[in-house]
Amino acid sequence: MTKRTSAMIGERLAVAVLSLFLVSLAVFFITELLPGDTAQELLGQAVTKEAAAILREQLGLDRPAVLRYMDWIFGLFRGDLGFSLVSNRPVSDLISERLPNSLILAAITMAITIPLALGLGIIAAIWRGSIFDRAISSAAIMFVSFPEFMIATLIVMLFSVYLKWLPALSFLPPSASFTTIVLAFIMPVTVLVFSSCSQMIRLTRAAISDAMATPYVELALLKGASRPRLVLRHALPNSVAPIVNSVALSMSGLLGGVIIVETVFNYPGLAKLMVDGVMTRDMPLIQTCSMIFCGFYLLLIMAADIIAILSNPRLRR
Amino acid sequence: MTSASIKPRRKVRFRVKPLAAICLLVVLFWVIVALFAPFFLRYPVGDLVSYDYFGPMSADYWLGTDYLGRDIYSRLVMGARYTIGIAFAGLILAGTIGVVLGLLAAAFGGLFDTLLSRAIDTFVGIPNLLLALVIIAGGGSSIPVLIGAITAIFFPGCYRFTRSMAVNVNALDFISAARARGEGHFYIMIHEILPNIVGPILADLGLRFVHIVLLLSGLSFLGLGVQPPYADWGAMVRENIIGISYGAPAVIIPCLALASLALALNLLIDNLPQRIRDHLE
Amino acid sequence: MTTLSNAPEAPLASVKDLRVTATTDSGREIEILKGVSFDVHRGEMVALIGESGSGKTTIALSLLAYVREGCHFAGGQVLVDGRDLTKLSESECRKLRGHKVSYVPQSAAASFNPSRKIMDQVIEVAEIHGIFDANTAREKAIKLFRSLSLPNPDTIGERYPHQVSGGQLQRLAAAMALLGDPELVVFDEPTTALDVTTQIEVLRAFKSAIVERGMTGVYVSHDLAVVAQISDRIVVLKDGEVQEAGTTDQIVGAPAHPYTQSLLAAFKPVVPASASDDTSRDRVLETRDVVAGYGVLGPDGRPQVVAVNGVSLTLDRGQSLGVIGESGCGKSTLLRVLSGLLPAASGGLLLDSRELRPQIAQRSKSDLQRMQIVFQLADTALNPAQTIGNIIGRPLTFFKGLKGAEREKRVIELLDMVRMPAQFRHRLPRELSGGQRQRINLARALAAEPEVLLCDEITSALDTVVAAKVLDLLRELQRELHLSYLFVSHDIHTVETLCDRIMVMYAGKCLETFNASDLHQDARHPYTKLLVSSLPTLDPTWLDNLKQDPELVRKFAHA
Repeated sequence: MTKRTSAMIGERLAVAVLSLFLVSLAVFFITELLPGDTAQELLGQAVTKEAAAILREQLGLDRPAVLRYMDWIFGLFRGDLGFSLVSNRPVSDLISERLPNSLILAAITMAITIPLALGLGIIAAIWRGSIFDRAISSAAIMFVSFPEFMIATLIVMLFSVYLKWLPALSFLPPSASFTTIVLAFIMPVTVLVFSSCSQMIRLTRAAISDAMATPYVELALLKGASRPRLVLRHALPNSVAPIVNSVALSMSGLLGGVIIVETVFNYPGLAKLMVDGVMTRDMPLIQTCSMIFCGFYLLLIMAADIIAILSNPRLRR
Repeated sequence: MTSASIKPRRKVRFRVKPLAAICLLVVLFWVIVALFAPFFLRYPVGDLVSYDYFGPMSADYWLGTDYLGRDIYSRLVMGARYTIGIAFAGLILAGTIGVVLGLLAAAFGGLFDTLLSRAIDTFVGIPNLLLALVIIAGGGSSIPVLIGAITAIFFPGCYRFTRSMAVNVNALDFISAARARGEGHFYIMIHEILPNIVGPILADLGLRFVHIVLLLSGLSFLGLGVQPPYADWGAMVRENIIGISYGAPAVIIPCLALASLALALNLLIDNLPQRIRDHLE
Repeated sequence: MTTLSNAPEAPLASVKDLRVTATTDSGREIEILKGVSFDVHRGEMVALIGESGSGKTTIALSLLAYVREGCHFAGGQVLVDGRDLTKLSESECRKLRGHKVSYVPQSAAASFNPSRKIMDQVIEVAEIHGIFDANTAREKAIKLFRSLSLPNPDTIGERYPHQVSGGQLQRLAAAMALLGDPELVVFDEPTTALDVTTQIEVLRAFKSAIVERGMTGVYVSHDLAVVAQISDRIVVLKDGEVQEAGTTDQIVGAPAHPYTQSLLAAFKPVVPASASDDTSRDRVLETRDVVAGYGVLGPDGRPQVVAVNGVSLTLDRGQSLGVIGESGCGKSTLLRVLSGLLPAASGGLLLDSRELRPQIAQRSKSDLQRMQIVFQLADTALNPAQTIGNIIGRPLTFFKGLKGAEREKRVIELLDMVRMPAQFRHRLPRELSGGQRQRINLARALAAEPEVLLCDEITSALDTVVAAKVLDLLRELQRELHLSYLFVSHDIHTVETLCDRIMVMYAGKCLETFNASDLHQDARHPYTKLLVSSLPTLDPTWLDNLKQDPELVRKFAHA
């Protein structure tokens, strides 16, 4: 690695930290400063102003926002995630129960989606214009246009209602057998794969198509290279940056999909926890959950940037 | 190819693909439904008109009835108004803010551009739904908050797209010629840069509209979008989701409406002339 | 090189009545080749000469059984060894390309894959066609590098394309084409993108390889002088049709077709503009020790990357100063500094003996109006979204406040001044040809009624014949309007014909300034002499007889 490369990677890291700071500011001030009163909400509409004021003081909501932000952010560093206003339990407890479930779901989906989407995108690019390419491209544009809950609904209808093969909910009793677990994952994972694959296929194919229009691919063609060689040996190595970027983007889209899917299948994950938090306006819970999600997102983007830097021979040596 | 000097002046023509024409018709159909929704209603939207919940399609209830026995057809028509109306309002706001800031950043450059781009880049890729949840958690769910959330979530993308297009144009010699003449930043923004990038920007806004519609219906599906008794298409799916076990049209029909609008717009933009499409993605 | 053979053997390649059409975005069909025929015999180098749009590259690619996207064979045959290439299947095409027929591209810099090592790309042909194993191929490549006089032949292949200069890449591309021992080699403008001093080295290497191997090939170029050095026969093309074909001596010495004659006219010896006897030295523009560049200013007040390094020049009213130098010498940057687009870091600018501020924003409107810049590429210098009328009209409104009918009247006058019909004001730039656009580009600058025109390579992108007309126009305008030109170009020939005085730049510095009529004198700076001697002439023996001091070449050429 050259000095320049290390400097660029260092810059990415710095940018990521700065971004995390900006995001934390945004999350905190949006949830705290927009109209809508947590204390009022907690006690319901009927309470007196006094009762609300007392509660507000207990929660520390009467202190200046900047101080509360500092408390919160230093709390995060110490691992003190605050106290859920609704369930009266530490946020860290709630999250540690749910986070692994979401991670498993996301990991399985990514393990299937990334190779599948890259493979299909690359094959479509190799045989550009063929029936296979057109079928893949049409399917991709269809699934990009369908909302996740629609894909979920259709899959539930197919597997649970008509075929009666799978349970409609993914609730897992502790004693569940391996088969039950696998069956429970099939539908949520399928939905996520469909919704995140299509965008990645489109972007991969587009990135390779761009590289295919360059003079060096034309020269390779004039050397007698076959289509697979043109794509795999000449276009692909130069499309790493845009492709990795599209993977990161699709994975960030996957987070959105997880929110819908966990709700549809009542899956006990972090996203479901956050949606419930929004319903009950449980601010400490929402703040922590969104910071976790944003942290994951920034990590993805940073990884993509670093891979892109490392894939460029001008920077490598 | 250089051409003879006596070439007659001709308008640039494009081949209109049949698929694009069909898609345009579908989009126009839904726009008209949304614009004139009250004229198409057969029953008031909130009224329970039948004792038969999840009723079948019939001459009285063209698309059947929902879980409370309300007329799905009428709710679908009004739903179009909510879905398209809110999404469009958000698009206009986000588009205006994004395009104006993007042009300013490209024309002025310097520190202004650097700071704005850095700040906006942070938010541009964060999952839409996540940001929306945070905003709704803070502001509650009402139509103004929804529009505000859409604006806040989508203007960074518009900004980035406009800026990158404008920066490309800004590097061309005719801009240098204008600058060397002593033209001001605003003249260059509006008269020299903007006319060259409106096409791609409009196409990009079209794609963003699809994303907005999908986000909005996702929110409504979670119960955080349009609130009862009114419903957009996403909310219609949510409220009827229990009917899924009967395979009720109440769940499928709003899904199909959404899919047809989103797909038609996506395909329409996908089949635009190459010159505009080249700039997308 | 063999002379035209009269042997009865069949030609190796034979193009017969070839037609190629292209389909535009709006679905219209355009004929690119309208029935082209010629033969290539074994051991013979045939040149295809023509300007942009003549179809020469399309023909060259057809010899590899290839047409670019959007084009297709519409008729005729391309026979190589008796097989019609227009009817091959995809896999038959693959077997032919690189093995039987190979290709040297126009821009090797863009044609090498940036993410793979040079050697891998050079020997890829052997791998694709299974000709020899990797080690043999590597040895063969190194031999070829050596015979093309590339530096460090043993190790150069281990580098990436961006680590090698343009002239070297062009020779490496030739090595790549020769590796598979092809029967026919197609050279597609292989030296066009290079500076003249670099071009010589590359041409020398090509020629010795051609002679050594008795190579059969097709050499595409727009430059007759280059082709005269390399080829046995020349085919002259225009608008997809063959105008004239014959031996090199005949085409260069006794051209029959008027079009060929017009191409040759550009090579007539120049009568230098007589240093005007106008003794009233009225200085219109002057610079003193101008330093400018890019990046942050250092503590010494110099930019990070210095592009113009202490240049002083003077320009008298009604005169032309030509600035010559090779790419990267800072000549275009100098114009940007004068126009204020790139403010000078230090040094003085004087317009009409009054100080000119470095920044555009600090200059008065009358200062801005008195000096106008004209850019090289009229394609990008005219706003594609505005009509010609608006493009020319804007300076009228901006500087003179003209509006409505008054402005329209003046626009028509200006169009007339650049010899364009009035109705062109309703058109868009894309509806004009390259030469017409360059005229509009000029008209826009003239609209401000300037005293000084800064011209940045304004004829370089034009075809020879069109460029000559634009130069004529410049001369007439100078006479009529008493304009002063600062004319930047890499083409000595152009500068010599137009300018009174010439300034030579190298690496950001002014080497010398002299009267145009003194260009060929012995007292010139060695670099100036190198530039002049590197300019190819129509004499087919010029390259063989050319003697250049290798020390000098090493010092100044970028090869």
